Amino acid sequence: MKPSIGVLAFHGDVIEHKMALIQAAKNLKISIKVLDVRTRKDLKEIAALIIPGGESTTIQKLCEREGMLNTMRAVPAIFGTCAGAIMLAKSILHKTPDQKSLERIDIEVDRNAYGRQTESFEKRIQTSLGPVSAVFIRAPKITKVGKNVKILAQIDQQVLVCEEKVRNVYSLAACFHPELTTTLFHEYFLKKIAQYYFALPGGNGNGVPDGSTGFNARE
Amino acid sequence: MPSMKKGTFPIKSGLAQMLKGGVIMDVVNAEQAKIAQDAGAVAVMALERVPADIRADGGVARMSDPVKIKEIQEAVTIPVMAKCRIGHFVEAQVLEALEVDFIDESEVLTPADEQYHIDKTKFTVPFVCGARDLGEALRRLTEGAAMIRTKGEAGSGNIVEAVRHIRAVNDGISEMQILFTKKNTKALKQKAIEYRVPIDLVLQTAKLGRLPVVNFAAGGIATPADAALCMQLGVDGVFVGSGIFKSTDPKRRARAIVDSVAHFNDPKKIATASQNLGEAMKGQEIASLETKLAARGI
Repeated sequence: MKPSIGVLAFHGDVIEHKMALIQAAKNLKISIKVLDVRTRKDLKEIAALIIPGGESTTIQKLCEREGMLNTMRAVPAIFGTCAGAIMLAKSILHKTPDQKSLERIDIEVDRNAYGRQTESFEKRIQTSLGPVSAVFIRAPKITKVGKNVKILAQIDQQVLVCEEKVRNVYSLAACFHPELTTTLFHEYFLKKIAQYYFALPGGNGNGVPDGSTGFNARE
Repeated sequence: MPSMKKGTFPIKSGLAQMLKGGVIMDVVNAEQAKIAQDAGAVAVMALERVPADIRADGGVARMSDPVKIKEIQEAVTIPVMAKCRIGHFVEAQVLEALEVDFIDESEVLTPADEQYHIDKTKFTVPFVCGARDLGEALRRLTEGAAMIRTKGEAGSGNIVEAVRHIRAVNDGISEMQILFTKKNTKALKQKAIEYRVPIDLVLQTAKLGRLPVVNFAAGGIATPADAALCMQLGVDGVFVGSGIFKSTDPKRRARAIVDSVAHFNDPKKIATASQNLGEAMKGQEIASLETKLAARGI
């Protein structure tokens, strides 16, 4: 079975994520299918999703117009970078009045917390997966993390990458853009999907619904 | 944080990458900026007058009043871009001091220098520049632009020039790709001389089979179908200038263009987006225009 991984494709650095995913799968010697996701129907085809960098307000609006938010809340595994991390967060500071999120991971994020584009920066950072060159573009800051959230990277108390699994739903959030410089986090995400969802005997041994992707939408 | 680097090319072109698949809208005040953000724009371009009015009013068009730009920055959370005149590096310095997120060195404003564009490598803020063909696009990249857009014919409400420019860039790249596949280094070197750009940039473009930076369409987009046409022709996103706020129902039209770009390959969704939008901006035949803005700064 070839698991299908979707990339939310309305807007943002979609291609960069797709390339990083394909390379990560090659490095791990596993075979995956990478799909563009733009509708609720597309969501039903996938086992896991990446929400790319972009404008969180735009991404959220387009998802809402397609009636995708509830289905996205139930996708087994989601990896979000920058705007994608904002989409995953339980609460958002400095959000626009009608901005909603998926509330999948117990963190609070502050949008554009570093300032405007002239404050954007790149920096070599240490992570639990190894050193990476991190690109922060109008990046959010993770201002609070819940007690069950595992931290994968931080500098000076500032959490940069974290993950949480709540019941059968796994989320991985990064404030910067690993997709621009490394495949380490995409490999990690694929390993997590394998660990939680596909290494299970027969693909349906642990409460994972039957079906080719191991995932049925709630809606 | 120690050892952090700002204003590097990856940081500048990175913001453009995050805007891909999006719509950037011209706005002249906070109210319009909010309409743009609510519609789902990925950024706004802060202006004193939209191109159609610049065209109608005549006279010298300059950078906006900083008060206008600040008002718009206060009103929205999405990136705010602003235009400076071609070659007017002091206007660019002012815009950088105002912390705009992107500067458009634009032919829509009256050029300040007929020979030189701004040396954009000296700035921390990224620049977008217009181009009618591959040579212009590559020259702007050599000067440090982090994003390219077609010039189209701003304020005309007529898509024909934008289409011409998208095709010219695409054709230029195909030609280079063929030379590259044939390993015809001599002809590629000749191209570099013709375009007045380094051979490395020509080779990089030929190898990639596309511009090495994000490329948007601009100039004359007035309907959701116009925007999707540009997307299907291969651009990464669109700028809409006069097309929204010169129409009879800007709120609806803004949202419809965003939806149409998000689903540019889905004619049913474009059809739905195109319904009941009121009148589009009137638009003009290109031959009837007194000033062709696209001929500025080549």
